[in-house]
Order: sequence, then structure tokens, then C-alpha cells
Amino acid sequence: MISIRKFCILLVFSALSLTGLAQHGHENHPQEQAGEAAHPGGQTQDHPAAAATAEHPEGEHSPCGHSLSAEHEFNAGENAIHHIADANAIHLLGNAYFHLPCILYAPSQGWTFTKTSAFDAHHHGNGTKSHEGYVLVHANIMRLQNPALHSGELPVEDYMEAEEEGADGKPRTVFYALINGQCEPLDAKSTLDGGIMGGGITSFYDFSITRNVFTMLLTVILLFLVFRAAAKASVAREGQAPKGLQNFIEPFVTFIRDEVAKPNIGPKYEKYMPFLLSVFFFILGLNLIGQIPFFPGSANVTGNLSITLTLAVLTFLITNLTANRHYWAHTLWMPGVPAVLKIIIITPIEVLGLILKPFTLMLRLFANITAGHMVILSFVSLIFIFGDAGQSLNGSIAGIAASVPLTLFMMTLELLVAFLQAFIFTMLSAVYFGAAVEEPHHH
Amino acid sequence: MSYAAIGAGLAVIGAGIGIGQIGGKAMEAIARQPEAVGDIRAGMILTAALVEGAALVAMVFAFFVQAKG
Repeated sequence: MISIRKFCILLVFSALSLTGLAQHGHENHPQEQAGEAAHPGGQTQDHPAAAATAEHPEGEHSPCGHSLSAEHEFNAGENAIHHIADANAIHLLGNAYFHLPCILYAPSQGWTFTKTSAFDAHHHGNGTKSHEGYVLVHANIMRLQNPALHSGELPVEDYMEAEEEGADGKPRTVFYALINGQCEPLDAKSTLDGGIMGGGITSFYDFSITRNVFTMLLTVILLFLVFRAAAKASVAREGQAPKGLQNFIEPFVTFIRDEVAKPNIGPKYEKYMPFLLSVFFFILGLNLIGQIPFFPGSANVTGNLSITLTLAVLTFLITNLTANRHYWAHTLWMPGVPAVLKIIIITPIEVLGLILKPFTLMLRLFANITAGHMVILSFVSLIFIFGDAGQSLNGSIAGIAASVPLTLFMMTLELLVAFLQAFIFTMLSAVYFGAAVEEPHHH
Repeated sequence: MSYAAIGAGLAVIGAGIGIGQIGGKAMEAIARQPEAVGDIRAGMILTAALVEGAALVAMVFAFFVQAKG
């Protein structure tokens, strides 16, 4: 099954690069970067105003880039990434949004508390108003750089996107808001990625309840209710056959205890059971809720690196804080190996392994869930690719005929993966705990 | 097209061969000793996850190379 997934991922990657190539062919002017092929509309311009007006006099492109509200060519890759990314508001249908609270902090302005409804979002999650200097672009909050606009509400006519060269000489996407016919540059929220993914510290921080946070809280409440009912039943009906929800939950709990914790950790397994059960049901719940394609679900929580990072760091901390002397001896100074070999090879590899183990734990969950969602979104995109982005009805019918069975197949596969990945995360955590508390063998 | 994409592809080929081997051998083992199916399946999933981990690290490096441009 896992190799089928790999094959699907490979297929999608090749399909995405093919669409990228096809769109590359469409452009008449040569692109400067090969990697730019995925962004058909974005041009690298030194002087955006002059270049854009000269090349596109018909008005679709404004002085500071191309408009986000204008209908442009459908791009499957961008569309998929937009849908699996986190957002400040949840899109319901058409122009209807489920509004979430915003908690924003800018060092120069202090805290701002509001709701995404303050931005009056319309098509594509673009707000039509600014609120105390903040605007909503593609359902994500951004901040106007101009300090003169940092109070009250202002009407925003449109949002622009342009490729510009950053301070380090790398091309990056910058956004502008069109207010009173003026292009006002926007700041994205701060991200603590150290610039690896193109983020960094900007003029404001976003602590909002986003789509992912909302779904996570919902899942936690749901799990709490389910487990309280099951626990109550289990206490009340001790010695009798299980009943109701308890009947559903008990096999999972005993499975984790008997098949995961006991064989992998050994006699000290009881200490780790709360963590293993929590992490299993948390991941399973989020995976399953993420499978629902509409409102209460639709958030890709376990496909968010921050979430999987947190879970992996917990495993890392528990492993290393509960490890015994025997484990550290084997990690730092492997007995029975010549000292030269220890210093050159064994110890560096073991120390690297300490970090790599939770690192792969983080990536495995993230990559499997994200890849599954990407495949489904690519299959759904077939409708728009075949239908020429809504231009051709016959094409979209052909697209639906191809898309629905493929999507159904992938969703079934993802149902399996939801359980499998929750199990693998728990299983590997148990294996790492087991290695940390293993008693020395006496030969 | 970039070298990063080729690197990611090569990593996936390696993982594919590895997981294929694990799956094939596990099937053989189950056919020989059907009563040990539980242990074999657990070991198979664990080893497949480890192989997958190596491929994921390679893919992430490829992704970073791509992002760094």
C-alpha cells in the first residue's frame, strides 16, 4: 500500500511539472528562472510599474503586479497548495465564510483583537476593507506597511501580487493592496523558519485562532466527550460486557497496550501509556476530521509541519528525559568498539540519530497526510483542467468522469493511511521509549 | 526542471525498491509461517516506516534546495 502511495506521489509530481512546462511554453517572453515555470503570471521585474504597463496595456495588470481578483489561467499546483495551507477564515460556500477570531500583535501598534468578518471578505477570501492596518488576502491576514493607514477602516479596491527580488537577491512574491488607486505594500505575518521557507520576522505577529487551530480545538473537545463517556461506562460496568461508545474505544486502547506498548517498551510500559494513547487518538482524530472535505473538517492539521514538529518534540523529550544510564552509554560510548572508531563514526552517528529519529517522525506524518490531500486536490483539479477553467462544459463533464472515481479511490486509501500513520507514529514512539528504558543484557 | 526534482525522484525509487523488498519478503514469511502473521506484519510496517524515513529526509533536502533556488 505504501508503495502505491509513493507511486501516486511520483505521478502527481510529474503531472505538476508537466503542467508547469506546458505553461512555460505558453509564455512568449523567456523566463529568467527555471523554477518560475510554476507561476505563469509572475514576472521578474526590476521596475514593476514601467514593465507591467508596457506589456499589458489592456488594464488587467495594474502598476504594481497582477490582480488577485482577476480571472487568470487555472494552476493546479497553486490551487492545491492554497487549499491545504492554513488560513484565518474557513471558506464555506461562495462568498460565505466561517469567521474566526484574530489576535494580532505589532510591536509598533500593540495588540489588535477582531474577527475576520471585519475585513468583509468576498471572492477568493480577499477582504474589501482594512481594519487598523490589517487586510485579508486569500483568507490570510497581512499588514499595510504605510503607518498613515494604521487606524480605522479603509475600503480596499483590489490586491496585487508581484515577483520581486528580495534583499538577499532571491526572487520572492510580494503583495500590494490597492487603496484610493495607490499601491500599498503589504507585510506577511512573522514566521519562525529562519528564512528557510521564505518567511522571517516582519512587522507583526499572528496569534489568531486559524482554521487549523479551530479544528484542533474541535477535535480535542470531541475526543474529551467520547473518552469521558467511554471511561464512565468502563467504570460503571466493570466485569460486564462493554456497551455503546466503550465498545468502540476499548479495542483501540487494548490494541495500543497489548500490541504496541507491551512488546516494544517492556515491563515499564505503564508509564508511557497516557502519552501513547493521547498521541494515537489525537492524530487519528485529526486525520479523520481532515478527511471531511467541507466545513467542520477541511483543515489539514496533521499535514502542518508545526503540529507534527510539536508531537515529535514531545516524543524526543520523553525519550531522552526518561532514558537510563545504559541507553546513554550505548549512545555516547558504545562498549566493545575500538576507541578510534567510537570517536570517528559511532558517537557522531548515534548523536545524529537522536535528532534524526524525531525528525523523520515529524516528516513522515506531515508528508503522508499532505501528499494524500495533494493527490485528491489534483484529481479534483482535473475537472477545471479538462473544462478549461469553466469555459467548456463538455470538458468538465469528461473531467468529472475521470475525477470522481479517482478521488473516491484516493479517499479510501487515505482512510487507511489515517489509521496507519496514527499507528506508526505511536509504534515508533514506543520503540524509541523502549530503547531508552531497556535494561542491559547479562551474557 | 531542476536537479532537486531528480534527486527527489531518485530517493523515491530507492524507497520503492526497499519497501518492495520488505513487502515481498514479509509475504513469503507469512506463507511459510501463517501463525506468525501478527509479528511479521508489525515488523514489516516498522521497517517500511524506517525506509520511508530515509526517503523523506532526502525529499525534504530536495525541497529545501528547490526553495533556496
